[in-house]
Amino acid sequence: MSAPLLITFDKVWKSYGEGEARVHALAGVDLAIRRSEFVAIMGPSGSGKSTAMNIIGCLDTPTAGTYRFMGVDAGRLDRNRRALLRNIYVGFVFQGYNLLPRTTAAENVELPLIYRGVSARERRELAMQALAQVGLVGREHHTPAELSGGQQQRVAIARAIVTKPMLLVADEPTGNLDTARTHEIMELLTRLNAELGLTIVMVTHEADVVGYAERTVRFLDGRVASDTAKAEAA
Amino acid sequence: MIWETVRLSLISIRRNVLRSFLTLLGIVIGVAAVIAMLTIGSGTTEKVKTDISKLGSNLLVVRSGRPAGPGGPGGLDQVTRPLAAKDVEALVAHLSGARAIAPASQKQVRVIFGTESLTSGVTGTDSAYLDARDWNLVSGRPFSDSETRAGAGVCLIGETVRQQFFGAGDPEGETIRINRTSCRIIGLLEPKGYTGFGQDQDNVVLMPLAAYQRRIAGNRDIDNIYIAADDRTPTTELQPRVEDILRDTRRITPDRDPDFSIRDMTQIADAMASATTTMTGMLGAVAGVSLLVGGIGIMNIMLVSVTERTREIGIRLAIGAHENHILIQFLVEATVLSLLGGIIGILIGLAIAGLASVTLTIPFAPSPAVILLAVGFSALIGMVFGFFPALRGARLDPIDALRHE
Ligand SMILES: Nc1ncnc2c1ncn2[C@@H]1O[C@H](COP(=O)(O)OP(=O)(O)OP(=O)(O)O)[C@@H](O)[C@H]1O
Ligand SMILES: [Mg+2]
Repeated sequence: MSAPLLITFDKVWKSYGEGEARVHALAGVDLAIRRSEFVAIMGPSGSGKSTAMNIIGCLDTPTAGTYRFMGVDAGRLDRNRRALLRNIYVGFVFQGYNLLPRTTAAENVELPLIYRGVSARERRELAMQALAQVGLVGREHHTPAELSGGQQQRVAIARAIVTKPMLLVADEPTGNLDTARTHEIMELLTRLNAELGLTIVMVTHEADVVGYAERTVRFLDGRVASDTAKAEAA
Repeated sequence: MIWETVRLSLISIRRNVLRSFLTLLGIVIGVAAVIAMLTIGSGTTEKVKTDISKLGSNLLVVRSGRPAGPGGPGGLDQVTRPLAAKDVEALVAHLSGARAIAPASQKQVRVIFGTESLTSGVTGTDSAYLDARDWNLVSGRPFSDSETRAGAGVCLIGETVRQQFFGAGDPEGETIRINRTSCRIIGLLEPKGYTGFGQDQDNVVLMPLAAYQRRIAGNRDIDNIYIAADDRTPTTELQPRVEDILRDTRRITPDRDPDFSIRDMTQIADAMASATTTMTGMLGAVAGVSLLVGGIGIMNIMLVSVTERTREIGIRLAIGAHENHILIQFLVEATVLSLLGGIIGILIGLAIAGLASVTLTIPFAPSPAVILLAVGFSALIGMVFGFFPALRGARLDPIDALRHE
């Protein structure tokens, strides 16, 4: 694999609490992800998957060890610098969609562009493009309450890709969806990965979702237990 | 970006119309009170000033009776020696620096013309009275010297009297009845309007002093002597001269208090104006407290808003909002909210002042500076009291905020 490294964990620890009550959500994680990879992260509940995702997406910083994003030591950046990194390079998709309520699909998708200072006209255009990419033409004026779960997740994906990011961080994106909707969303993510070269790191519990990824990383007790390519996993 | 934020805050205010309105009540009441107070206050001051100029500028008014206190009128219960013709004569003969000196006595008397009647302020005086009070005639002529001396049955009437009896018609030459006597109208006085105390200055009939004393008062007393200073003499300089002359004619030795008072209308005007200012200031302080309460209301509602929208803040931070974006968003919202309250308050305040100006017959004098100040001040309240909640929102940890339910 010759694509440049996008993400490197070097003995990353993330600990909460003090003394007796101290919990290590991550206990020395080593991990490297290259550009345009599609990685699934699995593991039992509480194994540190979400914690790792937050660090990957520059939302959080390690307690110890180094996390590098595009070669930058992101763990040492202040919160506003990390906000800028997120705004430019990262898109987030959450299990609970996390759309702004009472706000139309188009406005939700435009949101990251507002913080980039993009003009209103250009925002509208880019939002329409993103909504078209996720197959939601004609729904741009609907609010989340007027959309189904699958459609809401598509809006969230549109919002994540509207800035043309390098990395998509998805924590259980299909956790709230039925099987048919799950496969639609996974096909969409696969297409974005293939067509745009978008790097995708996705947490999932579902075995049939894992099949869409090229690579599976399993967490156990805050450590990487296994790291397998698709062919081996199948 | 800012416009976007303002639009956003308007949307969020509209989502909670009732709550927003209740929050604003403090600001609305505070600003309305300030605006109403200052507008009525400046109207009153203006009114007092014009009243004084209507009364005649640089005017001294002499009355019998001891001054009750500094600047106050003499007590009514005192038995005092009235002013008399010789007092006026002495002033006319010896006072320098006066433009006009006029005796006047007055009484509320029923005036009748045909089948109409009106209770009017009938004043006995001479032609110098018009000069002393800067009062012109719209038509006709003042009393001649011989009419004054003889106490002829002639009179000048004010605008209210004319309207009551003659409508828009010409009153000259008509004869009206006053008590058991009658007089012929020889002129019409220029309208003066109401005093600050709501007294109609145009409901008057002027007649020669001698006629008044003989036919209406039934004595030879003089109630007031009006003395107008000339252009070169300030009233403060004229006043001691008047006192000296009157002490002399009334034989009051310097060791005794005078049995008359001299009121300086300019000083009274100043006192009234400053009393108005003090009142305005005090009420302004009350309004200030109300604004403080309003500000705390804004702070409270913004804290609620930040808590309610913790998840929204988390989403915004996750997709790359800078701390300042969140800070500005909530600051703008607080400012827009409080500005809205300010504008509603200004409108209500102006409405109250407008109503007051009609009922109190004072001019409606809204000050653009005061309105601008109120706008600026309410915006400032929003910013100041919105800052802490906004900062709290901006400092939220995005992960905690996203987990918030
Ligand atoms: N803010 C926090 N304070 C204290 N402990 C935390 C905090 N966040 C996570 N943890 C702990 O860290 C461990 C890992 O949590 P994490 O959310 O990463 O698990 P997960 O693998 O995503 O689990 P799930 O599959 O249930 O989502 C858990 O034991 C959790 O209790
Ligand atoms: Mg998790």
